[in-house]
Formats: sequence, structure tokens, C-alpha cells
Amino acid sequence: MSIEKKGFRHLTEGSYPPTHVVGKSVDKVDGYALASGAPMYTDDIAARDFPNRLHGRILTSPIANGIIDSIDTSAAEALPGVHLVLTWKNTPRTFYTTAGQGWPEPSPYDNQMFTERVRFVGDRVAAVFAESEDIAEQACTLIKVTFQEESAVLDADDAMKPGAPVLHPEDPKGAYDSAHNVAAHLDINVGNVDKALAEAEVTISETFQTHYAQHTPMETHTAFAYTDNLGKIVIVSSTQVPWHVRRIVSRVLDLPMSKLRVVKPRIGGGFGTKQEILIDDLVAYATAKTGLPCEIELTRKEEFVSARTRHPMKIDMSIGSDTQGHFRALKMYVLSNTGAYGSHSLTVMSNTGSKTLPLYNKATDVRFFGDAVYTNLPVAGAYRGYGATQGYFALECTIDDLAAKLGMDPIELRKKNMIRVGEGSPIFEALGEGRQGVAQTIKSSSLPTLLDLGAEAIGWTEKRGKRVRSGHKVRGVGMSMHMQGSGIPLIDMASASIKLNEDGSYFMTMGATDIGTGSDTILSQMAAEVLGITMDKISVLSSDTDLTPFDVGAYASSTTFVSGGAVVKAAKAVRNQVFAVAAEILHEDLDANLVTAEPKVEWDNTQADPILSFYRMEDGNVVSVRSGKKVSVSDIAYRAYYEVNQHQIATTQSFVSPYSPPPFAAHFVEIEVDELTGQVQVLKYVAAVDCGVSINPDLVRGQIMGAIANGIGFALTEEYHFGSHGNMTNSSLFDYKILSRRDMPPTEVIVVDNYEPTGPWGAKSVAEIGINGALPAIGNAIFDATGIRLHRTPYAPDRVLAALHGKST
Amino acid sequence: MTISITVNTLKRFFDVQPDEILLDVLRREGYLEVKGGCHSGDCGACTVLLDGRPVASCLTLVAKADGHAVTTVRGIGDQAHPHVLQEAFVRNGAVQCGYCIPGAITSAKALLDENPDPTEEEIRLAMDSNYCRCTGYEQQVEAVLDAAAQLRKEDTK
Repeated sequence: MSIEKKGFRHLTEGSYPPTHVVGKSVDKVDGYALASGAPMYTDDIAARDFPNRLHGRILTSPIANGIIDSIDTSAAEALPGVHLVLTWKNTPRTFYTTAGQGWPEPSPYDNQMFTERVRFVGDRVAAVFAESEDIAEQACTLIKVTFQEESAVLDADDAMKPGAPVLHPEDPKGAYDSAHNVAAHLDINVGNVDKALAEAEVTISETFQTHYAQHTPMETHTAFAYTDNLGKIVIVSSTQVPWHVRRIVSRVLDLPMSKLRVVKPRIGGGFGTKQEILIDDLVAYATAKTGLPCEIELTRKEEFVSARTRHPMKIDMSIGSDTQGHFRALKMYVLSNTGAYGSHSLTVMSNTGSKTLPLYNKATDVRFFGDAVYTNLPVAGAYRGYGATQGYFALECTIDDLAAKLGMDPIELRKKNMIRVGEGSPIFEALGEGRQGVAQTIKSSSLPTLLDLGAEAIGWTEKRGKRVRSGHKVRGVGMSMHMQGSGIPLIDMASASIKLNEDGSYFMTMGATDIGTGSDTILSQMAAEVLGITMDKISVLSSDTDLTPFDVGAYASSTTFVSGGAVVKAAKAVRNQVFAVAAEILHEDLDANLVTAEPKVEWDNTQADPILSFYRMEDGNVVSVRSGKKVSVSDIAYRAYYEVNQHQIATTQSFVSPYSPPPFAAHFVEIEVDELTGQVQVLKYVAAVDCGVSINPDLVRGQIMGAIANGIGFALTEEYHFGSHGNMTNSSLFDYKILSRRDMPPTEVIVVDNYEPTGPWGAKSVAEIGINGALPAIGNAIFDATGIRLHRTPYAPDRVLAALHGKST
Repeated sequence: MTISITVNTLKRFFDVQPDEILLDVLRREGYLEVKGGCHSGDCGACTVLLDGRPVASCLTLVAKADGHAVTTVRGIGDQAHPHVLQEAFVRNGAVQCGYCIPGAITSAKALLDENPDPTEEEIRLAMDSNYCRCTGYEQQVEAVLDAAAQLRKEDTK
């Protein structure tokens, strides 16, 4: 299999069984509905089904730090059309985290629905539910609040200093050292890194600083709630984590889960920010109080100011090697700014090390440590890349600087030290997501090929170090190398149910949360492949806490691998039930143990699925391998449902894996620096990626392209600007610049499939890895072009210009 | 005040406030295919055609549409009868979350109506105001090239 066209190459390494649906770029199952604007998003459904719903608006803090002295809502409540005003005085006081993660929750319980203390400009003060948005907004202006303002921590460097204002004097459960504003702390040691650095022939140490940036999904956070006929509160939410929403809302509002249902409709992009419970508690509470449907749709400004951001990090990176470039020591210290609340503070910081350092497993002595600190600034959270983006910036730039010091080619230096098939890294075991990890051995990798193909595509040998100049513009090339994970091993669980219809088609329900990624489509492909059917013979319903089985949600690059595992298991189990009826019809023996055995996801060449030596699926029929006879699956269903030994052919299977096989990537970029203006222009971008088997190559390409666009924006233009009291000053899509169509450079995606034996149909993840390349690769290209290393991001013209003029960056 | 707008070829009368914007009225009246992303004219999600020309409906006072024709993406094609552009978007993997797609396809329709054989650059320019956070744009540009080629082929039949 190989596809070659402008901008996209799809190649295969190794050989594995042929497939009929997996590996094909079938149309997205929701594609035509989305392309014609069908009312499928949260606000569409609210507007269509509940035109008389209440609209909620949130009054937010104008100050960075302080106590609410008094709050008078009487004028707001008296405004005609206002139904409910919520403040800390009339809402549950439960402490919780807004981070939608597994259980037990790794983020500190430092949040309440409302508090007397505000901690950043944009923090919740009150919420109003009224008959129109205009009335709700007007009511917000009628709420009289007086604050006792306190000095604020507006720089992460100051957070731990003696005498710094303490953000969370209540000492929240799960916070590491709240008296010193430390939400989370880590220290992982393998060997003795300081000794190794002292003994190393060559050492390099640098400090890097990343900035505030945001996901900016096209659809802002939106949720509404209503009461169904049986008194259940139904939350329809633009969420990546329906089960975590239900669990957290249930706990915060003290509502039993039997009285709560969370439905995820189509989502207008998530990228991590919708892994947060930001408004679900409010709409559910308002509906419980008023009995009326209640909705909140964040404005774009609120999305910027009050939703979530990427953790800005300051990273100290040291590498020790011999003169030949063999790494011995890797030392990484992270100071992560989690903002006013510790959402994902521990786990994002964990990933900064755990998703980066194992890539260079030849180092014998490794230390990864860090502090995630509270500041009176916008709240950070989960964001595509999840800490690895910041970690790779520091690691990959330092490696290039070491290459320069050693006089080596950066690709050669990486090849000497990178992880290969059959190898592990002690970091995998030492560091998971905020706790002990799980040992991993690499079972598949196209990484050496990715480096070669990427280098060729960018013209590495011809262009590197040439500094081609045209007037005041100078060119350079740079690269970087990456891995991510495929779900959180032994933590992330997904499940899927499949039942057979009488016409031989199937219905699949699953918890997996399609947030626009196409998971409904690729998971259908995986099931269709097992069941020997075409895509029109399977329909899906996903992500409804009442109607579908459990899934942790769409995060940690887990859906393809973990939810896919559940789907493959369910498809195999239901297939085996079909085989059992086929055996009855054909009067052939079939060992019942083969039918009921727990299906396997992993593929083992030496041990093929034993039931397949008796029957196989072919085009809607069961074929007996022994007799060559055929029975149609539809006939099997009719017999099982109406005629003989009647029973439902259906199953629910779940999957949790000890493996989290990393996808690999090598990014290459050619840039031009305008020495007059400081402008950096990307001339060409190449991303070579191994995500196992591409279940749907067009969707794989789309994931990589979207991540690159977001990554380049993060590297060059996207940045929060703050006023003197921590107030964001560019909270619009006009002032916060994401890449537009014309900003996007010519980009080539090279996908090299490589069968991952632990993955469903050989697949690994692809969602996050593509966002990690732009920052280091462009930084390395600027270094190639100008000899200047930028340690602060983004590479905005003023910063580049200052560096060119010899000022410190 | 009552105004009349021909929405997707059907003349409709709407009771509106003078300061209401087109996006809000369209959504209130059930044209939920028009999506709002920023309410400040920056993202392009709410693009509709006003007398055949693309406008940001979130920046357009509804009164300005009085007596004029508005085309939404459903006026271009729907699930049962998709337009060539919609087919091309789906087949080229150009749809991810889909939120920007109604606006993007509407801008593309306006372009192809004027210029049936656009270059890649002309496509990027005509659709530059339609932000997309998912796709990195490449497959959307390919979809428009693809659709344009198909429409030209149909024209010469």
C-alpha cells in the first residue's frame, strides 16, 4: 500500500495481513451531516428543542487576587426575566477539581463552584440565569460586589518565594505544598545524574521558557441541562469526558448518578480544553433549582479569559555525553505555571518528562523533577501535547546545541541515542501520569525511516548550514524528533457493545467520545473489518452515560488504541456468537470455549485466533473452513431471534492495556528570517509520522495537519498578553492570531505505517504527537539560519529582532 | 419591525428589533446550520451569502438584509442532496469537527460562482477569513480544487 500525492505520502514498513475496510479513507460517518450544517452541536440542540430555555451568564472577577467583601444580588434578582442568581452564598461548597480525569483524581481539590476568594481576572464571582442572554448580561451589571484586593503572584518565578501571597490558604486536598503555592511536585531519579554530568566529557545546560496560549476550538464551551419526564437531569455538553462530567457533577451537587445523564452531541473541537468541567455544574444546578432548561454558551472572550490554557513552563535542561555524542545523563527541571487552580498540574508536568526522555533511552542517568505552582493568572489545563510540547522544546533545542558543540549532524546525534525496537527505558516504569508508570518495550517503530525520508523531503544535506541569503533575509533548516503515548497504560479503560440486527447489519454503542477527530468512523472501520462487512452495515451511537457503555473519554491519545481495543474485542465476541449459530445450522461441532473465550486485541503471528480455523466472515456470510459451506449472517440472526434456541446476539467488551505504544515523528522545517523586521516565515514543513497502521489515512493526515497548524501558531503568533494586574489584553480572535489558510506553509505529511502488535488492527495514536514539532524544529532552523538560540517563545518579530541585536532572550 | 428576507429561495417575514444581527435572527428562526464562533467577525463560521456575496452574519444588522436574498449552507445543499462542494469536502477528509464547514463551504461556493477555475492561491485568499482549528486547511483547499474540476466537467457535458 502506498499513496503519493502533493503534500501526502503514505508508505508501509513490514508486512501484515490484508484488510478490506481498515486502512481505507472511507467517508466520515457524520461527514455529510456536518457539511450541510445539521443541528448537531450543543447550542443547536438547545435552540431547536428548548427555545424557551434560560440563558446563563457568568460574572467574573476584575481583580487578580482578593476577597469578596460584600455581594448584593438584589437588584439583579429584581430585574424582570431573571430566574436565578448564584453566588458562593447559595451554592454547594464542595471542593473539587475541574479536571476531567480518572479516579482517584490526580489534580488537587482547590476549586469550589463559587468562593469568597477570587484568584485571577476571569474567576467566577456569580452566575445569572434569565430569559434571554441580554437580560442575563444586564443582570450581571446590577450585581454589586466589593473586593478587598490583595497583592498577586503574576510571575511563576515568584510563587515559591518566602512571603509570596498564598493562593489557596485553605490547603486543598491533593495540593503538594499550598503554603508555598506548590500544587504539584515530582522528583524521579534513575542512576545518579549529578555524578554522571560531572563525569561527562561534554555537558550542556540551558533554560527555556514557554508562554500562555490556548486551544481556541471554533465552538466555545457550551452546555445545557433539562429535566426529563422521569425527573432525571440531563446535561448535554460539549465535553471530551462525559463520564467524568457525570461523576464530578454528581459529587459537587450531591445528586445521585441515577438522576444524572450526560450526553455528548457533536463537538466543535476540543484539543484538551473540553476535558474540563467548566459550566456543566452551573447548568445542572440551575436546572435543579428552577426546573427549567438552562444553557451557558461561553463567549469567545470568556473562552480566552476564563477557560483553560497551556501550562507555561520554565525548563532547565542538561545533557551529558561523551565526545562521540553518546548520551549518558539527562536532567530536566520544570517550573510549571498552573495558574490560579491546579487543573492537570501534576499530570501535565509528569508528561513533560515521561513522554520525552524515554526517546533517548541510551542515557543511563536521568533525573526529572519539577514544581507546578499557583499564580494569579489564567488557569492552565489539558492541551494537545499535554506537557510534552513544552518538554520537547527544551530537549530538542538542547540536543541541537549539543550537536553544534560536538560538531555533529543533529540527525546523526539523535540516531545514536534514540530508542529502538526491542528496547525500553527506565523512565517508562519510574514515571507514569503523576504516579508510578508501567514498563514498556518498543515493539514497532519506523523512526529511522522517518528521519531519512523527512531529511530528504526538506533537502537537509543541501540546505543545512548554508545560510542562503537574499538581501536581509536568511534561510535555515531545522528538525526535531518525538514520541507520545497511546492512552495511559493500566488506567484508561474503554468499552463497546455490539448487537446484530436481523438483516445482518450491526449496531454499536461505545463510550468513545468523537470530538471531531473521526473516532466514530475509525472505530466502525475496526468493527467492520472483524465482522467482514462494509461500512453501510454498521451504525454507531457514542458517548451517552445512560445509553452507551463506559469510556474515560477523548484524551491522552487514547481513543484509537484503547477504545479501538474495546471495539475489536466486542466485534470478535459477537462474531464468535454468530459462528456458534452457524455451527448449529451446519450441524458442525464448535468448541464452546472458543466461542466464549475472551477475545484478544494483540496480534501474534505464531498464534492466530483459533476459532478462525473453523469459520470466517466473508461479505455478510459465515464460511465454514472445514466444509466450505456458507450461511448468511441474516439467516443466522432470524434463526437466533425467532426460530430455534432464541437468544440475543450481542456483547459488551472492555479494554485496558498494559501497553501504551508510542507513535513516533520527525519534523523538518525550512524557514526564512527577515533580519530587518525579525519576522520568521516558514517556507516548508515536513512531518514524518509512524502511528502504527493508519486506520483511515485521510483522517490521519488531517490530525497531523491540524496539529502542525496549531503548533506553528504556538511557535510564531499565538500568545496571551497581560496588563499590569494579570488581565488578558488580547482576548479575541482578532488580537490572538491563529493560523489562517494563507498563513499555512506548504506542508508535506509522510506517514510510514508499521504494524503495532499490541494495537487494534496494528494501530497506535496520532492525535497529539503532531503539535510538538514546530516549536523546537523552527527554533533549530532559526539557529541554523542565524546562529542564535531563542530560549523564549513565541518567536515573535520583536523577540527575534532583540536576539539578532545581541540582547538576551 | 417586520422585514422580509428570501432565505434559501423562500421569502420569509421576520419580526425583529432594529439592532438585531442577522446571525441571531437566523438561528432563532431555525436556520441552525449557521454557526457562531466569535460574534466579532474574526472566525468566519457564520458566513452566509447576501445576494450571492459572502458576509459574516454576526457583523450584519438584520435590517440590512431586508428585501434581499440570504443563502445558508443548507441552501447550497443538504444531506439528501449534497452539493458537489459538500461531497468533495467529505471525500477529501476535509471535515473534522465540522463547526467551520458551513461557513467554509459557503465562501467556497461564492468563489466558484465567480471563478470556476481558481488557483490554489485564489482559494486560500477567498477563504482566508474562514478559520479552521482542526484540519490545517490543506485537505479543504484540495476539496475546493476537486469540486471546481467536477463542476467544470458537468458544465461541459
